Amino acid sequence: MEAPLTSNIKPGVSLDIKTYEATGGYQGLRKAMQMTPQEVTALVKESNLRGRGGAGFSTGMKWSFVPMNVEGPKYLICNADEMEPGTFKDRWLLEGNPHQLIEGMIISAYAIQATTSFVFLRWAYKQAAQEIRKAIAEAYAAGYLGNNILGRGFHLEMHLHTGVGRYMCGEETALLNSLEGKRAVPRAKPPFPQISGLFGKPTIVNNVETLSYIPHIVNKGIAWFQSLSRTGDGGTKIYGVSGRVNKPGAWELPMGVTMRELLEEYAGGMQHGYSFRGALPGGASTDFLTSAHLDVPMDFTSVAAAGSRLGTGTMVVLDDHTCPVGFVHNLEHFFAQESCGFCTPCREGLPWTEKILYALERGEGTEEDLEQLDLHTRLLGPGNTFCALAPGAMEPLQSALKYFREDFEQHVHEKKCPYGNYTH
Amino acid sequence: MLTPTEISKIEHELQHVPVKKAAVIEALKIVQQERRWVSDENVEDIATLLGMSADEVDSVATFYNLIFRRPVGRHVILVCDSISCWVMGYEDLKKALMDHLQIHYGQTTPDGRFTLLPNACLGTCDHAPALMVDNDLYRDLTPGMIKNILDKYV
Repeated sequence: MEAPLTSNIKPGVSLDIKTYEATGGYQGLRKAMQMTPQEVTALVKESNLRGRGGAGFSTGMKWSFVPMNVEGPKYLICNADEMEPGTFKDRWLLEGNPHQLIEGMIISAYAIQATTSFVFLRWAYKQAAQEIRKAIAEAYAAGYLGNNILGRGFHLEMHLHTGVGRYMCGEETALLNSLEGKRAVPRAKPPFPQISGLFGKPTIVNNVETLSYIPHIVNKGIAWFQSLSRTGDGGTKIYGVSGRVNKPGAWELPMGVTMRELLEEYAGGMQHGYSFRGALPGGASTDFLTSAHLDVPMDFTSVAAAGSRLGTGTMVVLDDHTCPVGFVHNLEHFFAQESCGFCTPCREGLPWTEKILYALERGEGTEEDLEQLDLHTRLLGPGNTFCALAPGAMEPLQSALKYFREDFEQHVHEKKCPYGNYTH
Repeated sequence: MLTPTEISKIEHELQHVPVKKAAVIEALKIVQQERRWVSDENVEDIATLLGMSADEVDSVATFYNLIFRRPVGRHVILVCDSISCWVMGYEDLKKALMDHLQIHYGQTTPDGRFTLLPNACLGTCDHAPALMVDNDLYRDLTPGMIKNILDKYV
């Protein structure tokens, strides 16, 4: 089973430029530079690579919106602000194979003819920062960055920006504001960043895993990429499992493995004495799936059809000893805290949601509170807020209210948390 | 007053940005690296250097949770309080930390050694629960491990 993104990564080691080149590194770049930028974009578009940051938008399609005939700078940005709770996949790529990402960024920058690129890395990833900094320096020294790359007349600068906190920075327009030295609040769309992004210039923002795939697609082609997957969404995907399982971890597997395979074969099943009640399939802002969904293929299309989102592909498991109300309270605490405060439904609605859940956990909740929670899942849902933070926050809540309703009601009727879990 | 080192580091950052204001986060990071936190006076000095108002600088400084606008201890402990860590025993870990240090979140020990803060997901969920002390990540924690870890930081 092929795992192009991770098969060369060894635990505790970051591939240096020589080792990376020995595994075929920077061959994709050489090949891409023999093509026109438009040909590279067309190839990635045809491969149907879907963004691995969570939204699953076609990468090549995104690039194709960049105007190619305008004067002035364009930017290519790697979103390495991995902060979705339950997500730990990009860390693996950043620490283990930084040159793969850098090569992907150079090819992507070439495709949109960007002259400056940034890696926007979250503060907590200290090891990754060190590896990326070193790898960028190596790439400059080897002539893969800077002036006249590979003698083809293409010029690209690359900088590492380390953040100073806030989940909002992962939202692409908020990330742009942060890179401009502003508060990380989202921007109105349109205009989309592809037209007017960083400093008002055409900009592409792509996730670490997405960009890391670009050299392989250019190198080995579309048929190969699609053959890796079991479903219509091509390639492999880094999946992860955390929670009360025997072997929590991350694995690069064919797109479309089932939740059951992930849980039982890779994560080694539930810990002794714990049973599975449900899971967030792709981070904190995805709807719960339950044991009825264990055979759903974990690809963008199938997970969406099951009523959730693939998101980041890293699953958080809810077990039978953990209170679903407490679980959701923890999530809503996070979202309320991380709301940027820019638009009213999110700023006001999320703390209210959190307080209701806290009251339920303390045994102070009422039937009316459950109606309020239902109402909030609609008022904070898609279309009512400036960005996807609040709608994302409502996904686990609305699905918990659907699948674990009896737990919420039990809190109201027994006037206590039946699980006796701690809360904030 | 910003030190000559701070000013030269900030001026170096200005080379990478088309407008001065865009370097404000870098400037805050530089000052915090030297002083552990950013005072009102530092905010004013950064504002002068970058041609901004002090309020503009502060609006950015107070938005980001890892820019400290109040003094912190010699070591900052960031405890992951997000979902995977919560499922895997965060509450017990938090209690052990607070018992050991005799402080709550947002406080600094009287000897100025540690500041204790909660932090959103540290991205190491397969090794939950986790925390960071300064730049060091600790994972797969149990309450019993707290003392040995903290003893390393003087």
